[in-house]
Amino acid sequence: MLNDGSDRLKDRLTEIVEGEPGKYSLGLQKIFDQESKNRIDRTVIFTGANTPGKIAGSNKLRGAINRYIEDRKIDADVAQTGTLGLYSEEPVISIQLPGRTRVFYTCVNEDDISMLLDDLFHHTLPEEKLLGQLRNEAHDPWPDVPFLDELPFFAKQHRVLLKYSGIIDPVSIDEYISRGGYRAFLLTIRNYTIDEVCAMIEESGLRGRSGSAFLTGRKWIVARETAAEQKYMVCNAEESDPGAFMDRALMEGNPHQLIEGICIAAYAIGATKAIIYIRSEYRDSIFKLETAIKKAHEYGILGHNIFSSGFNLDISLRKGPGAFVCGEETALIASMEGKRGMPQSKPPYPTERGYHNNPTVVNNVETLCNIPHIIGNGPEWFKRTGTVYSPGTKIFSVSGRSWHKGLVEVQMGTDLGMLVNEIIGGSRRGHELKAVHIGGPYGCMIPPQKMNIPICFEAFKKEGFILGAGGILVLDEKTCIVDLVKYFMTFMKQQSCGKCIPCREGTKRISELLDEITRKTADLDQHDAIEKFRALVQLEKLAAVMLDTSLCGLGQLAPNPLRSSLKYFREEFEEHIFDRNCRSNVCRELRTYYIDVELCTGCTICAKRCPENAIIGTEKHPFFIVSDKCTGCGICREVCKFSAVSYN
Amino acid sequence: MVRIEVNSRTIEALKGQTILEALINNGIQVPTLCSLPELSPTGACRMCVVEVEGMDKLVPACSFPVKEKMKIKTHSGRVLQARKMNVELLLSSHPDDCLYCERNGNCELQKLAEDLNVRSRNISGERRGYKIDGSSSSIIRDPSKCILCGRCVRICEEIAGVAAIDFGRRGDRLKIVTAMNEPLDFSSCIDCGMCLLSCPTGALADKTSLQELDRPLDDPATKVAVQYTPEVVVSLADEFGIRTGTDMQGIINSVLRRIGFDYVFETSSGAEIAVMEQSNAFLERYGKNDHRPLILSRCPAWVNYVEKFRPELLSYMVPVRSPHQIIGRLIKGWFAEENSIPVNRICSVLITNCSAAKHEASREEYYSDNVPDIDYVLTTREFARLIRLHGINIHELEHEDTDEPFQAKGSAGKLFSVAGGELEATLRTLYRHFNGKELPDPRLGKLRKSGGIREESIVVPGGEIKAVAISGLGNAAEIAKLIADKEYNFDIIEVMACGGGCINGGGQPIPGDPERLKARIKTIYDADKNSGIRTAHGNTAVNGLYDSLGFLPGSEESRNKFFTHIKAVKVLK
Amino acid sequence: MDRIDRILQDFQHVNRDALIPILQAVQNEIGHLNSEAIEKIGDHLHLPASKVYGLATFYNQFAFQARGKYHIRVCDGSTCHIDHSPHLLRQFHKLLGIGDGETTRDGMFSIEVVACLGACGQSPVISINDDFYHSIKSGMINDILDDIRMKNP
Ligand SMILES: Cc1cc2nc3c(=O)[nH]c(=O)nc-3n(C[C@H](O)[C@H](O)[C@H](O)COP(=O)(O)O)c2cc1C
Ligand code: SF4
Ligand code: SF4
Ligand code: SF4
Ligand code: SF4
Ligand code: SF4
Ligand code: SF4
Ligand code: SF4
Ligand code: SF4
Ligand code: FES
Ligand code: FES
Ligand code: FES
Repeated sequence: MLNDGSDRLKDRLTEIVEGEPGKYSLGLQKIFDQESKNRIDRTVIFTGANTPGKIAGSNKLRGAINRYIEDRKIDADVAQTGTLGLYSEEPVISIQLPGRTRVFYTCVNEDDISMLLDDLFHHTLPEEKLLGQLRNEAHDPWPDVPFLDELPFFAKQHRVLLKYSGIIDPVSIDEYISRGGYRAFLLTIRNYTIDEVCAMIEESGLRGRSGSAFLTGRKWIVARETAAEQKYMVCNAEESDPGAFMDRALMEGNPHQLIEGICIAAYAIGATKAIIYIRSEYRDSIFKLETAIKKAHEYGILGHNIFSSGFNLDISLRKGPGAFVCGEETALIASMEGKRGMPQSKPPYPTERGYHNNPTVVNNVETLCNIPHIIGNGPEWFKRTGTVYSPGTKIFSVSGRSWHKGLVEVQMGTDLGMLVNEIIGGSRRGHELKAVHIGGPYGCMIPPQKMNIPICFEAFKKEGFILGAGGILVLDEKTCIVDLVKYFMTFMKQQSCGKCIPCREGTKRISELLDEITRKTADLDQHDAIEKFRALVQLEKLAAVMLDTSLCGLGQLAPNPLRSSLKYFREEFEEHIFDRNCRSNVCRELRTYYIDVELCTGCTICAKRCPENAIIGTEKHPFFIVSDKCTGCGICREVCKFSAVSYN
Repeated sequence: MVRIEVNSRTIEALKGQTILEALINNGIQVPTLCSLPELSPTGACRMCVVEVEGMDKLVPACSFPVKEKMKIKTHSGRVLQARKMNVELLLSSHPDDCLYCERNGNCELQKLAEDLNVRSRNISGERRGYKIDGSSSSIIRDPSKCILCGRCVRICEEIAGVAAIDFGRRGDRLKIVTAMNEPLDFSSCIDCGMCLLSCPTGALADKTSLQELDRPLDDPATKVAVQYTPEVVVSLADEFGIRTGTDMQGIINSVLRRIGFDYVFETSSGAEIAVMEQSNAFLERYGKNDHRPLILSRCPAWVNYVEKFRPELLSYMVPVRSPHQIIGRLIKGWFAEENSIPVNRICSVLITNCSAAKHEASREEYYSDNVPDIDYVLTTREFARLIRLHGINIHELEHEDTDEPFQAKGSAGKLFSVAGGELEATLRTLYRHFNGKELPDPRLGKLRKSGGIREESIVVPGGEIKAVAISGLGNAAEIAKLIADKEYNFDIIEVMACGGGCINGGGQPIPGDPERLKARIKTIYDADKNSGIRTAHGNTAVNGLYDSLGFLPGSEESRNKFFTHIKAVKVLK
Repeated sequence: MDRIDRILQDFQHVNRDALIPILQAVQNEIGHLNSEAIEKIGDHLHLPASKVYGLATFYNQFAFQARGKYHIRVCDGSTCHIDHSPHLLRQFHKLLGIGDGETTRDGMFSIEVVACLGACGQSPVISINDDFYHSIKSGMINDILDDIRMKNP
């Protein structure tokens, strides 16, 4: 197998740390080249071992590939990787023939395999589904095949944290080490004092990637300065915003990067125990982290007296049983202590009194993944990317009605329009971009006219938007703003812990009102409509109070989708209320269906299929829809062979 | 000392205090809903928010510590708007049931709405269609009126030591639940009523039998006997705006007669009978080394607790009836006979400070020949309502005496009102038993100190009797464990479920704040100081009762009459 | 020995921190939680049953009703939502006659709404036990259910 170099690397870790990169002893360099697949003597076929890949069927692909190889007795390895980030093009496979660069195919299905591999083993590249090749100076490139980094999706990205996702085998510690992994950590514990590490991180200007934008270095310093017998480093891998999947990709694509970040952070605050609090649904991430931790122990990277530095560290996993609010740090700590995940009033902050009243630093996965890079390359290097206030890169998970869906890592300060239009290719072909919603369920609705703002904490704050964890939802004319805001408010009302009044009652009231205006009411006169509008305006006041008085971020930010869309898409609300019309045709209950007497032949099909029994009539005579009973499901319109059913 | 500026005035606060504590000490009021001084703060309701200079959001005064030079605004427009909005939000799905609500006129939510000048319904929401839980014999829960402040949850866990309830679910479905969402009656609830006393709204209310009382009162053929406890005597004043702690005994007697009760009794002679009985039980056990210590069982909530949580303690308990149930037994089993009233023609009513007494009265052990010994139990609060219902102007009444034979001639029985008091009364009698003379100073000071655990001892020939009084089951749970593990060598133990004892019982006027408690306790102790009869054994009225009954304390007959049964009860706990 | 007791044996000398892991283990073993589990776990950790129950009802993962042989998860994450997952959900409700978190009378199907299954690229997505179905159209639902019913006559 590929990993049989492991012992060699394990023993040489010290040498790796001490030697300059590129100046290793010849033997070591050879191991490196092999481990990093810079030089291989057998064909390797890579398939995605990540959640989107699996859901799209990569397991089946792997089966087909194995069968192919076995049947034909081909000498090849089948390896697994994380995701390239092109979720809409999964499953992705890539093939590296000895001496040639690696080529990538997208949207592959089982039936494609034999033809694809037949061609490849004859050194011809089928063009269909071909994505591109990976640039690698050590190998011969394929002619007339674009390099991945030239594709629009990748060219404008600045991949640091995602650099190896979809390239390396995430469970192989050797592949990570051979690319310089764990160097930063070993440097840290040998050469830097606790204070120096904290100072470097503070100096780098790294801010919390959960959206908190809090200076990571400052947080660490507070915890470090609080005297205590035991301190804890907690990695927040709850990630339960709908539409956010960057942390998952980081854990599935390169788990050792995160482990290394945690190691350095724990060292910096003086913690000998680190805990990863991860959603229990993230089964693949859990598996990969568990494997990574085990391997790190084997290599002496975790455990007692790590590399004779005197530093001890253990990392354990806690599986969150599912509550969005447990991403909030005090709720997360309560959950670890075996309590209901209700946030606590701050102060005291976790950095002073956290897990079991001990100083505890809670950091986001992406934040921690930045740490090895900053320590390894220095704060100055880090500050060269991004903006002055928000240095570095940020990963965004793009979904919705965009052309590409998936993961995008760009420098902070990148133009939002560039990201949306060039990297992810704008909205789906033939559809018009209506808005982008950024920041998850408490994010904001950003209209096309704001597309020129730079993506960074400060510009977003100035506009009244938030970056949040970095979920981007692309909306086109087929999505209804009111419906989406309703969706988010409903989510928030269910996910609120319910502790404080403004959040518990506020989210509920808002979602109730939105529910009302997207539903048909018996007979709505102009007065009712005005009342509803008045109530809607009242909600703006309510939103201000929620922001001002809610205990935690959930309640404070929950009205964001409403506030921003009332600002930029007010007319859609007005249409729903006054005209009873949903321009995107999403709010089905607002539609009034009717049967055209001229066209109806009285065939009875619609009446038979209507789930609400809302259609009556006598055979061979025109039928009628009882509008009070109709819920607007549209089935009658679908089934009528004579196009007699319409709606307005 | 920390100096902070509040509304442009400088005030002093102690380091480590919360803003709320500092404000209260300086006489500045901000509304609160979820916080209670004796409970841990949670910062949940956000009613107490204030504006602090330099903070971009409002902060909750109840859980935010003071800092030197902090500048606070407690009633700025922004703050008032936030508080008002919070109340409007609560009201937006509230049942609007004030006119029918037990807490009408004494509801914190109602008061907040009034204080914050809520005058129009700006937000309206769906009503929560929760079912009322009327399963318990003491407490009715109406979750629709619950504002989820969590006071009941914390008091049940932290003070009552039971934790029968907790928050269940979350978000818009958040609700106070028992384990497995069972009706309260099937839960581990011990009916102490502490939660009811702490609830700001009508979400928790007395299971009342006020209305049913009309029938016996109106029926000329039925004789209605009523007894009231000494705690009611010292707390009723609070319901009528009379100085807290005023002794209302004489007034109560005339009120009750005016309402139509035929016999008006007071409970403390029952307490003194209990003293006689448990002293005898103690003598029987004392010196034999098994089954010490003796645990008193007068508090029905404590009995529930042992039955549900600590059945291993059952054999330590003397199952003497509670004082009112002793009187209750005598009213129907003896007094009626003496006065030639057929049992189906006498109705027995108890007015009490104790919520658990309602549950107790419904237990089969307190039925004789399928007839309950006590028919109706009213709390102090319901009593006040009954008085108002009958339109009696309590301020203009003359004092009257209680009826024979259950009068309050001595003070030993009255001491039962206060934590440690039952023990004090019992030790006075035990001292006499062992030493042949009275305690030199009947006042047992250590039992009168504050705190949930009070230890005292008396000297007896060849040693001493060690006693401990525990109040608030939060304290009892730990001690009970130690007793079971035989780590403590007490001889006699009093346990009262309610923090501070019966004077703070679940049936008392709301709010039961500490100042009120102090005044009531003082009245009880003063009565003891001024009483000529301070022991049960020295009370001729009690001795006379035994004489008329024709048996002696500790005899077989008294056991039949005055003892009950306690048994293990299985619940989800 | 009883299944719950056996699980508790694996959690010796633990404190309240272990509550969630124990509940997870029990739920994995017997599929849902019941009052016996609540009581035993409470006893084991010296926690009142109300606290164990209160905690369990807070989190999505814990169920007090047995799940169906086929547990259907309908994704209502933001992408699936705008690709009309509510419509799919309504169809499941109609076709199976049960609501979210409920199980059909014959114990075959149960429905759960989840927020993002992690395949937004192929929305809308549902999963049935460990199988994923992506890019679902409402017309496909009947067929999917029929397939399962055919396998379980
Ligand atoms: C309702 C709510 C949900 C949150 N969810 C997450 C989450 O899923 N992941 C995360 O890393 N931080 C989340 N946070 C932020 C955390 O409270 C905390 O600020 C963060 O873990 C700090 O990490 P950072 O400093 O590295 O950004 C959430 C906050 C709130 C208020
Ligand atoms: S803001 Fe919402 S989630 Fe946060 S503590 Fe209050 S109720 Fe809970
Ligand atoms: S299906 Fe069309 S033609 Fe047939 S009855 Fe209905 S409306 Fe008329
Ligand atoms: S739209 Fe649906 S509910 Fe309405 S009439 Fe047609 S089939 Fe029936
Ligand atoms: S609880 Fe208070 S506000 Fe609610 S109905 Fe009763 S008195 Fe009115
Ligand atoms: S207070 Fe107002 S609403 Fe209530 S009874 Fe009087 S008039 Fe009617
Ligand atoms: S009556 Fe006592 S035991 Fe029962 S719920 Fe209330 S506080 Fe808890
Ligand atoms: S029942 Fe009363 S005390 Fe308990 S949470 Fe509800 S309102 Fe608060
Ligand atoms: S302490 Fe007194 S009032 Fe409280 S439950 Fe016991 S007997 Fe009743
Ligand atoms: S819900 Fe509006 S455009 Fe429909
Ligand atoms: S009293 Fe301060 S938050 Fe409730
Ligand atoms: S939103 Fe449905 S899979 Fe992500």
